Amino acid sequence: MAVKIRDLVEPLEATVLVAGDMEREVRGGYCGDLLSDCIAHAVEDSVWVTVQSHPNVIAVAILVGIPCVVVVNNYDVDKETLDRAQKEGITVLRTPLSAFEAVARLSALGIPGKKRREH
Amino acid sequence: MTDEKPLIEIERRITGGDFQSAGDVSSELKRILQQIGFPAAFSRRVVIAAYEAEMNVVIHAFRGIFRAWIFPRHIHIEVDDEGPGIPDLELAFQEGYSTAPPHIREMGFGAGYGLSNMKKCSDRLEIDTRVGEGTKVVMDFFLKDS
Repeated sequence: MAVKIRDLVEPLEATVLVAGDMEREVRGGYCGDLLSDCIAHAVEDSVWVTVQSHPNVIAVAILVGIPCVVVVNNYDVDKETLDRAQKEGITVLRTPLSAFEAVARLSALGIPGKKRREH
Repeated sequence: MTDEKPLIEIERRITGGDFQSAGDVSSELKRILQQIGFPAAFSRRVVIAAYEAEMNVVIHAFRGIFRAWIFPRHIHIEVDDEGPGIPDLELAFQEGYSTAPPHIREMGFGAGYGLSNMKKCSDRLEIDTRVGEGTKVVMDFFLKDS
């Protein structure tokens, strides 16, 4: 099921650190903290749940085509990350929830976990 | 490589340890491939391999040069670095094997999937490495009829 990014904010109890296109829909979800795994397995138009918050997260999001990154456990997010996300129109949400709980809430919204097939 | 003239050639410098700009070259390549209109799945595998090659330079080397030749149905990439080289290539290809230091791994880099991702995504991969001098990665991608 496709869900608009703005409709993720409340269920995730999130703070919007960077608002990209909040009307854009996500069609799946990916959770993980290894960038190589994300780039190999995440599917475009997914929401990405992670503890990582450095600027390269945005680089990976661009490469995969991820419009929304959710940083969990209220981790600090580098200013460079926010600047880069702003420039690229990628939404960054920060939630006090754990990754497990964040994924559970996204799943309850009907967002399916998506994994890319091997190349 | 073929004698055919490429549509576009790009050459970019990569600086070792520069995690701020890491991924910029692959992002630019992705934009170019999209503009040309390559199928998304094809662009995706080229970009994954390019990203891993770029990150290897950022994580492990002092500096490198990324070159890509984009033909209508073929992409050729060469990434040449000055760096430590790879002492045991076979080991380096094993998924999960990494020599990246802990602070780099904590950032989610250096998980040990770089070379295997490159191998899976490319149609041809050649690595020429000299310990203490550097590594050259050469990759080809062919657009197949589908």
